[in-house]
Amino acid sequence: MIEIRNITKRFGDFVALDDVSLEIAAGSLTAVLGPSGSGKSTLLRIVAGLERPDSGEVLLAGEDATGLAPQRRDVGFVFQHYAAFKHMTVRDNIAFALTIRKRPKQEIRERVDELLELVQLQGFADRYPSRLSGGQRQRMALARALAAKPPVLLLDEPFGALDARVRAELRDWLRRLHEEVHVTTVFVTHDQEEAMEVADRVAVLNRGRLEQVGAPAELYDQPTSEFVLRFLGDAFRLGDGFVRPHEIVLGRFPENGAIEVEIERIVVVGADVRVELSDGSGERMTARLRREDADELELARGEIVWASARDAKALQPLG
Amino acid sequence: MRKQLGLRAVALVYLLVILLAPLGMVFYRTFQSGLRPVWQTLSDPGTIHAFEVTLIATGIAVPLNTVFGVLCALAIVRRRFPGKGILNAFIDLPLAVSPVVIGLCLYLLYGRTGWFGSWLMGHGIQVLFALPAIVLATVFVSVPFVAREVIPTLRELGNEQEQAAATLGATRWQRFWRITLPSIRWAVVYGVVLTSARCLGEYGAVAVVSGRIIGKTETATTLVDDLIQNFDTAGAYAVSLVLATIAVLVLVAMTVIRPQEAR
Repeated sequence: MIEIRNITKRFGDFVALDDVSLEIAAGSLTAVLGPSGSGKSTLLRIVAGLERPDSGEVLLAGEDATGLAPQRRDVGFVFQHYAAFKHMTVRDNIAFALTIRKRPKQEIRERVDELLELVQLQGFADRYPSRLSGGQRQRMALARALAAKPPVLLLDEPFGALDARVRAELRDWLRRLHEEVHVTTVFVTHDQEEAMEVADRVAVLNRGRLEQVGAPAELYDQPTSEFVLRFLGDAFRLGDGFVRPHEIVLGRFPENGAIEVEIERIVVVGADVRVELSDGSGERMTARLRREDADELELARGEIVWASARDAKALQPLG
Repeated sequence: MRKQLGLRAVALVYLLVILLAPLGMVFYRTFQSGLRPVWQTLSDPGTIHAFEVTLIATGIAVPLNTVFGVLCALAIVRRRFPGKGILNAFIDLPLAVSPVVIGLCLYLLYGRTGWFGSWLMGHGIQVLFALPAIVLATVFVSVPFVAREVIPTLRELGNEQEQAAATLGATRWQRFWRITLPSIRWAVVYGVVLTSARCLGEYGAVAVVSGRIIGKTETATTLVDDLIQNFDTAGAYAVSLVLATIAVLVLVAMTVIRPQEAR
């Protein structure tokens, strides 16, 4: 369990974190989501002890850790750019936490073998990090962070430096790893899709302030601020509220609350159709329809149709 | 292509005339009159003692400036403190100031009427015209090399690896020995080689403060000068040969180390 209480951190005039409080349950997988400069990495580094807050407290397993040096916190940390020990082999990298704890050689060997298997790097034990791919390096860094079995694992944009395919692979893999190892995991990301897909709880940060915390679906469906609404996915103003693209219904006739829009473009995306619309005032929105619904309506470019929210609940009365 | 060839030729001729010709001359002259005079000079107790003094001064200056250089580099790259810019500039002072001037400063400081000299004299410690002055001068002129080599390597290294080590439970001491030092080791070795070369070849500052008493405070370099003054050219060539051979060895060591560092 990690408790973050009223953390404030400034860098000169820049306020990186402004009175942030957050509780992270033991064994959970939490994403800290925000745009760059929102303070999310700083928050993670404060939990690890790599940065000191100006005020506020960090509690780990119920004990005040605010002034504790990183080496005494028992927290695993994975860096965006891997921070691999370049002068050590993969085996020595992973063994590091155990070596400095002076564990018996046999025990270290067994534990490292176990971790190599966990991160699927069995054949790479004697290589140097410079001869690994980005994804392999990051898996090595993960194994290294897990070696001493810390109760908490922190990941700072762990997949940020990797290409899209490796990213997706590692996401799935992190999810499965968490199911196996049950370590309290917090990862920082600016990618809302990544946060929604991997985490069971998401905390959204904006300009150093915590906007909202909740399950991914909760944030998507019931955002409490326009920032969260827009950051978690496309949303468009429709009358008095906002709707997501899949909540827009198009019709041939004016209904109650529907607005008149012109079809600018129709794009087929797999099983869905994306219809780009604009109303008379130049306001644009994109509706996402299923193929059969779109076919039934026989939509065509340049036509005038009526757009409304699927149901009243879909309309988010914000702003 | 033609232009490149021209450039190459100029560079080569320049090196040949300025560097290789004098060095080759020393080798040639040394053996011109056979091995006997060479052996005679090198086995002379005065010569042996001069090399001993040089080696002692080098043996003290190199470890001292290696430790100091690494600490300085760490402070300059990793820490923020008032006067950092001044420290950074002062490290280069021995390169900027002529060794003779450095010798003169030491002379004034440790002389009979100098600030430290009068106090040390009062306690029966002879610095000037003795081994301590030679060591001090040698230490002074060889300060910058390790720090100058290590600073850019440390900058490039960043501190993420050390932070990672900290989160893995490593104390400050463990981080230094297991992460920082192995990462900068080739820069340190290269700095040590340069420092050693500078110490062995030091002449100006030592010439001022040593007193050049043969068999006592003569170093290898001041001995060469003395031998020339006394028209013992064969002797001067022989001692120079040894110094030049060391220089060549240093050069070889550096060419071996450079690729390691780049890796």
